[in-house]
Amino acid sequence: MILVWLLGILGFGAVATWAVGLRSPTAARWTTLGLLTAGLILTLSCWSETAAWSAVRPTASYWVRELNWPWIPALGIHFYLALDGLTLILIVLTLGIGILSVLASWTEITTHVGAFHACMLWVLTAILGVFLAQDLFLFYFSWELMLVPMYFLIVIWGHEHRVHAAIKYFIFTQAGGLLMLVSIVALAFLHQRATGELSFNYFDLRHTPLSAAAEWWIMLGFFVGFGVKLPVVGLHTWMPEAYAEAPTAGSVILAGLLLKTTSVYGFLRFALPLFPNAGATIAPAAMILGVIGIIYGAWMSFGQTNLKRLVAYTSVSHLGFVLLGIYADTILALQGVILQTVCHALATGGLFVLAGIIRERTGHRHLDHLGGLVTEMPRLGAAGMILIMAAIALPGLGNFVGEFLILAGTYNVNLPLTIIATAGQITAMTYALRLMQRVFHGPMPRKWRILDLNVRETAVFVVLIAFLVWIGLRPQPIINLAQPALDHLKTFESEAIIYPEPS
Amino acid sequence: MTVIPLNHVLILATILFGLGIVGLLVRRNVIFMLVSIEVMLNAAGLAFVGAGAHWQSADGQVMFLFILTMAAAEVSVGLALVLRLYHQLHTLDADAADLMKA
Amino acid sequence: MRELLWLIPILPLAAYVTLGVIGRRLPRWAVAVIGFVPVAASCGIAVAVASPYLSGQTSEPYVQVLWSWLQVGEFQPQIAFYLDPLSVVMTLVVTGVGSLILLYSTEYMDEDEEYSRFFAYMNLFVASMLTLVLGENLLVLFLGWEGVGMCSYLLIGFWYKDPDNGRAAQKAFIVTRVGDAAMLVGLFLLLSELGTLHIPLLMDRATAQWAVGAGLPSAAAALLLGGAVGKSAQLPLQVWLPDAMAGPTPVSALIHAATMVTAGVYLIARMHTLFLLAPIVLLLVAIIGTVTLLISGFSALVQRDIKRVLAYSTISQIGYMFLGLGVAAWSAAILHFMEHAFFKALLFLAAGVVIHALDDEHDLLKMGGLRKRLPFAFWTFLIAGAALAGFPILTSGFYSKDLILYSALVSSHGGFWLWLGGVVGVLLTGGYIFRLIFLAFFGELRREIGRLPRIRMKIPLIVLAVLSIVGGLFQIPRSLGGTPRFSNFLKPALGALPSGSLTIEATSELISSGAAILGIFIAYLWFLRRPKQVSHGALPAVPEMLQRYWFVDWGLDWLYDRVFVRPFVYIAHINRKDIVDRPFRRLEWIMAWTWRGFRITQTGRVSWYAVCVIGGVVVLLSMVVL
Repeated sequence: MILVWLLGILGFGAVATWAVGLRSPTAARWTTLGLLTAGLILTLSCWSETAAWSAVRPTASYWVRELNWPWIPALGIHFYLALDGLTLILIVLTLGIGILSVLASWTEITTHVGAFHACMLWVLTAILGVFLAQDLFLFYFSWELMLVPMYFLIVIWGHEHRVHAAIKYFIFTQAGGLLMLVSIVALAFLHQRATGELSFNYFDLRHTPLSAAAEWWIMLGFFVGFGVKLPVVGLHTWMPEAYAEAPTAGSVILAGLLLKTTSVYGFLRFALPLFPNAGATIAPAAMILGVIGIIYGAWMSFGQTNLKRLVAYTSVSHLGFVLLGIYADTILALQGVILQTVCHALATGGLFVLAGIIRERTGHRHLDHLGGLVTEMPRLGAAGMILIMAAIALPGLGNFVGEFLILAGTYNVNLPLTIIATAGQITAMTYALRLMQRVFHGPMPRKWRILDLNVRETAVFVVLIAFLVWIGLRPQPIINLAQPALDHLKTFESEAIIYPEPS
Repeated sequence: MTVIPLNHVLILATILFGLGIVGLLVRRNVIFMLVSIEVMLNAAGLAFVGAGAHWQSADGQVMFLFILTMAAAEVSVGLALVLRLYHQLHTLDADAADLMKA
Repeated sequence: MRELLWLIPILPLAAYVTLGVIGRRLPRWAVAVIGFVPVAASCGIAVAVASPYLSGQTSEPYVQVLWSWLQVGEFQPQIAFYLDPLSVVMTLVVTGVGSLILLYSTEYMDEDEEYSRFFAYMNLFVASMLTLVLGENLLVLFLGWEGVGMCSYLLIGFWYKDPDNGRAAQKAFIVTRVGDAAMLVGLFLLLSELGTLHIPLLMDRATAQWAVGAGLPSAAAALLLGGAVGKSAQLPLQVWLPDAMAGPTPVSALIHAATMVTAGVYLIARMHTLFLLAPIVLLLVAIIGTVTLLISGFSALVQRDIKRVLAYSTISQIGYMFLGLGVAAWSAAILHFMEHAFFKALLFLAAGVVIHALDDEHDLLKMGGLRKRLPFAFWTFLIAGAALAGFPILTSGFYSKDLILYSALVSSHGGFWLWLGGVVGVLLTGGYIFRLIFLAFFGELRREIGRLPRIRMKIPLIVLAVLSIVGGLFQIPRSLGGTPRFSNFLKPALGALPSGSLTIEATSELISSGAAILGIFIAYLWFLRRPKQVSHGALPAVPEMLQRYWFVDWGLDWLYDRVFVRPFVYIAHINRKDIVDRPFRRLEWIMAWTWRGFRITQTGRVSWYAVCVIGGVVVLLSMVVL
């Protein structure tokens, strides 16, 4: 029941926020903050229960919490929500990032404030829906639902070239999503043909007998659907534009949650366990794509002159590690993937907040117009340095643990790719140090007269950095929570059967 | 009573229809365009009546009544639109109303 | 007493956090106190913690587990500290030299705007360095390893307003990171082959599972060597260190001379069991050391910037340490590390006095005659220079360097050529350091003297000068009737030194003493006897082409710039718009043009639409009829 409450609070709360926002913008901000905090408290109330569940891993029912209502019975579609440790981590991350992005855009957004926050809440609701859905139709429904409010966030509150960016974003992700829909429907029909029963239930579909060719094509639909959003290198070009043009909160949510996190979750929960054989077939290619992404993303990032585009390309690089880890498919690598995803959301989110603040204060996003900011804004400089160091996986910060586990887990699977990926960390240095140099250090292009971070902004960064350090030095709680989901995935894979081609 | 050959009726209808088309294409005044459409409708009606007489069937006249009603409806909607158009653009020139240009 | 171990790195870390958070609001004296006292306290605690080892009560390692870092399946690294004689030596040197340099900095940096930021970074550095040397497993070591790298980056670029400093800082960080990538792969190899990163356990399992000279230990050792070469500025990754002199002088003294750059030496000594399993890699270590010490010696001979001479000298001296490691004379390398920390820190600090007095002048040719005006700096510099040159009997450098040379001769991993390279290096060392001394301190005075050192700068100089002289007492060679006290102390951690006959030892010492004195004498002939040389600082009797080549450090920098840096930057620049986006943009373009074609038909004119309708009907009808 708590799961429905969670979705309800945010989803219907958004309407209230909009209404409130018509009267008073500040009230809308506080309402959003209140709703998200309520959601966070609600989720954290499950924390100890989930931690205990992770420790013993009961066999009777896999989920900590679950809820299954019929929705469209004629088509076998259910409103099926369920919670396990992995989901819990991601939900807490979603709500936490949500709160931070409200705080970060407190003064940035001045028009249609109520509508802005309502859109944000709807995006977050849809993201939670993605994490909780255990019915593939519901999953797809939430997946597509994420796009629309986000489109409006970019197109209404974005920067100069927002319309082009928003349309590109929408078309790319929609195309990927439709391929996934084709795959889902095909899977459900194949299931019906085999068992005579139409169902979109995750556990039912897992037992669908698939021929190798069918499995391959259906998997490919999922792969592209998740891959566009991850983004896999080659399909990533919508992303720098969308990130660069979105308002701060939009970029933070896009980078931190909407894309990476949902698609990583999609890979772990759907693409890998549903299609173990095809997954193994595509693994080498996917890992190569991951490694290309690591180096290409970092290299592209080095060449950018727009601060937000620069940060956007770092995502391509970081998500290359994630893709590598997902398809290395060892427990070590997968734990690394989860940590990397969480830390990437925090670090990149932080960098986007930083870019937003710099733009708000100086009016510039272009590196040529920036420089020497640390003199005027030492606190921002310190925060920026730590976040940049997190981005290049300096030990002691969370990203290091993630990347280390991914690479260590990949070592036995594919040695050459591990070596190239490790070398890719050197290219990461180039963009990170360039960013540091061009924004914070070096001579000032002109005498800035700007204020350093205020209390609200400082709080955002302190929280982000505190979590990064915590995960960097003591990631065990997260590892424990995620472990059952990964064990589960491994059992799925070990039960994989190859069905013969139908004659 | 001399029977008028069907051919003659159809030729007259064709001529009327052609005049309507020409009127529609050539005139720019919206009211004349509407009138041209009326002429075309009546040409079609004439063809129906002629054909009905030729085959000794009532269907032709039924269709003519249909066309008549439809023409009345069309004219009333059309004239309402013309009034709005005149109100907004202060002209009856159809080419002035090219707001739908891509 | 040993339970206090965790305090040693934590105190500087706490100082960092304090200074980082409220440092800018504190008065200068408070910043100085917070900047200096925690490291001094760490030093005191280190002495206390080390006392059981120093007094010979025990040599058993002591492990302090703070918490479990993470646990994934078999992989369970802990945040834990490991104290044995080797880490005792390292900790004492880091905290000891560190606190002296911080004391010096309280005065040296006095006029800097960002006093507190400097001390914050320095304390973070000390904390990271201590984590590095105390780490019980390779992951904790790596935590410190990258931490010192970051602090080095921050401190080289401390005066960030000058883009050149920023460039030097970036270069240092990126080049060392090249080595770190190799080291990281080494960690993956060790982890997946031996299932742990816990250092003692690793060594046990390595000896149990791997044969001497087998492929895996060689690969692992070579990869770790990659990390060591980067951090310790050895061939072929030494290019960053001379540029790193852009940082403030105390930074150069602490990070780029005494401690951080020797991290590679520590790593190899710590993992020496693994290196013994890989004789080829060990030979490679020795060769890298010898070649580096020679080429950097030549480069040091022709530099004009006082700090760059010292930088090349540091590279060269670490080359000696690598030579010592390569011939399996582990404790000799560590001894040289310690002596080098004393006299090289002293050299930098005394150079700092000179630079301060001449108002930030680095050019040797604009100095001269400072002996009379800065007698304090002169005498301390002379002592340190003599120690660096290995002036026989009197100085500490003589003892450690001779131990390495002698070991190179007698060790089963050594050889005559390595020894000869080392001896030539001694000649060069005497030459370049006394060239510097003669150019800077003798001759006529060229500039007016500004600030003179006060008490807080003098104390560290005096202490280090004393240590540079008496440091030799730690290990007096048998030929002079001493006992190898230092090597014996380290024996439980590092094993014994290679040993040979007394005659060889004495001969080696005589020859290297001769080389040192000869080097000094040649410098005297060229730069003191013939004052005209002094005006342009070039070497007589050496072709000018060669000197120019040495001046740019054998052109390695140029090569890297052309082969790696420029193509990388160029491609990034031209590909700014992302070539992958091109097909998608082309698609967009096609759509746009198609749309332009269709929009022509949408004129908005009723008569045009009517024509189209009629034309369409005619076409369709004629298609039906025909």
